[in-house]
Amino acid sequence: MSTDEQILTTTSSVAPATECSPDEYEMVYHKPTTLVDVSMHYCPGCAHSLVHKLIMEVVEEENIQDKTIGIAPVGCSVFAYDYMNIDMQEAAHGRAAAVATAVKRLMPEKYVFTYQGDGDLAAIGIAETLHAINRGENILIVFMNNAVYGMTSGQMAPTTLPGMKTTTSPDGRDTSFYGSPIRIAELMAQLPGAYFVTRQAVNSANAVRRAKKALQQAFRYQQLHKGTCLVEIIGNCPSNWKMTPAEASKFIDEEMVKTFPLGDVKVPAATANNKE
Amino acid sequence: MTTAKLMKGNEALAEAAIQAGCDAYFGYPITPQSEVLEYLAREMPKHNRVVMQAESEVASINMVYGAAGAGFRAMTSSSSPGFSLMQEGISYLAGAELPCLLVNVNRAGPGLGTIQPGQGDYFQSVKGGGHGDYKMIVLAPASVQEMADFVFLGFDLADKYRNPVLILSDGAIGQMMEKVVFKPYTNPAIDKSSWATTGKPATRERNYITSLFIQPERMEVHNLKLEAKFQLMRENEVRWEEMNTEDADYIFVAYGLSARICQKAMDVARARNIKVGILRPITLFPFPYQRLEELASKVKGILTVELNSGQMVEDVRLAVKGKTPVAFYGRLGGMLFTPEDIEHELETLIATHHVN
Ligand SMILES: Cc1ncc(C[n+]2csc(CCOP(=O)(O)OP(=O)(O)O)c2C)c(N)n1
Ligand code: SF4
Ligand SMILES: [Mg+2]
Repeated sequence: MSTDEQILTTTSSVAPATECSPDEYEMVYHKPTTLVDVSMHYCPGCAHSLVHKLIMEVVEEENIQDKTIGIAPVGCSVFAYDYMNIDMQEAAHGRAAAVATAVKRLMPEKYVFTYQGDGDLAAIGIAETLHAINRGENILIVFMNNAVYGMTSGQMAPTTLPGMKTTTSPDGRDTSFYGSPIRIAELMAQLPGAYFVTRQAVNSANAVRRAKKALQQAFRYQQLHKGTCLVEIIGNCPSNWKMTPAEASKFIDEEMVKTFPLGDVKVPAATANNKE
Repeated sequence: MTTAKLMKGNEALAEAAIQAGCDAYFGYPITPQSEVLEYLAREMPKHNRVVMQAESEVASINMVYGAAGAGFRAMTSSSSPGFSLMQEGISYLAGAELPCLLVNVNRAGPGLGTIQPGQGDYFQSVKGGGHGDYKMIVLAPASVQEMADFVFLGFDLADKYRNPVLILSDGAIGQMMEKVVFKPYTNPAIDKSSWATTGKPATRERNYITSLFIQPERMEVHNLKLEAKFQLMRENEVRWEEMNTEDADYIFVAYGLSARICQKAMDVARARNIKVGILRPITLFPFPYQRLEELASKVKGILTVELNSGQMVEDVRLAVKGKTPVAFYGRLGGMLFTPEDIEHELETLIATHHVN
């Protein structure tokens, strides 16, 4: 029975428009095989799921699934290992850079990355992060900055914008009391151990493409053993920002980027060879 | 290999780590154990092993987590305040079932305390200093020789149970110099490929290290699995040493440095015709409850001697179940007792309980 006949016999009384065999379509996109085929627990529109996918696309395209070890944080992305089809370790809150340091030092030929939120990296784990970068650990740190503690329901983070309301800054972040948001990318770029530091977003198709490019670049740089790559990504938290995903995307463009300007903060010297 | 060397306790321990095939050591300076880090910083690179001075004990223990999770033999050491900082990490290691060797060269506390020896970290070590239900085998060396021996034993037990093992030493055992013989040892290099994160080949499912089981039903299953391991440790790993217990009317119960001093106190007492023996727990967890209970029914009294305000004595009382009087004698703050002090306490016990 041909495919056409099958469709006719099985759906004869229904309009067949959408019931075509996959063979008849041109494959323009498939979910990376490096992502486990389950639905994610993230809130609708959350940037975590998108960035998981970007990282896993890069791992698939670079063909390094068997050489990549990820370190998950404590935060909404604590379950990253449920989705990323690679070997992973779930670190204590804030300690991913220390865990990654050991993994990489013991297996220098492997690709090692951490995936951390702003509470995890910029508050409780800033010491481990700073020292790992200062030592120039040849790891990639993916820093998901959503300006809030997502997992614990929206408390203030070190990256919360001035005046931004959270459950622990109900009248808005008062910088005279809590200081100003920490610009992690700029701060860490000061360290000689930082090799490539960039800040990206994923709130538009173009931004996603640029973010993916940055992640791909950062993975490739690991082969050079020249230092730490830090890719800060302005994420979102529609649930705790109390916005729709579309409003959250707009908020990033209109507010977040004022404090966290997008783009490369530190790039390797022109002589650096980042080709494979 | 088998000739005796004169070494400091901390250095003997460090050398044993190298001979045990320790792949990675992470540590942070703190007296009285900095020699471990210094020795390994000098010697590990010669063997192509990883050694790092971390930015804190918090970082050290989480580096141990990373290394152990990747299937390597990993180790850290510290002293009391630093060891307190590691407790969250130790709980994670136990929860994620990662084998590793930990060393606490106990100094006197609380707080910053003093750098002199103490045994005030007993409760923290054996009752689970970190959060949640976990246990680890705790080995208490009483000599430089045991500082070395317990490294080999400790790594093997860690691998056997996929659990951290702790060597609980003290500032005196760590600092003193004695003869030590390194017995030939081969790292069994057991296969960890079924769980270690070394990179997922196409031929197997991904490995991941976690202590997180968000559904309570699954968490409890995990808890029970861990409990079953801890029960196996209780059944199979109790270690202790006895001296002159055959004819003893009285027993000193002491570990580590205190046991060493009790040995001299025993000589003093025996010279005065007081028949005293010693039970020295070698594993503080699992504790030799059963043997102590047996001895309790044969003797007239037990004196527990510790360099703290009375911690192990609670386990001694649990073991003895009221079968014989149990007294406690301790010094604090890094101060030591003399053998005569201990012998005097024994005579007080005898007089108080009219048990002669
Ligand atoms: C030692 C410790 N302190 C606090 C917590 C509670 N906790 C869990 S996640 C989290 C913050 C997560 O926020 P962030 O890192 O920004 O991640 P997000 O959820 O926003 O992605 C906190 C405080 C914890 N698990 N461990
Ligand atoms: S709480 Fe925020 S960060 Fe967490 S999954 Fe929901 S939207 Fe994402
Ligand atoms: Mg956050």
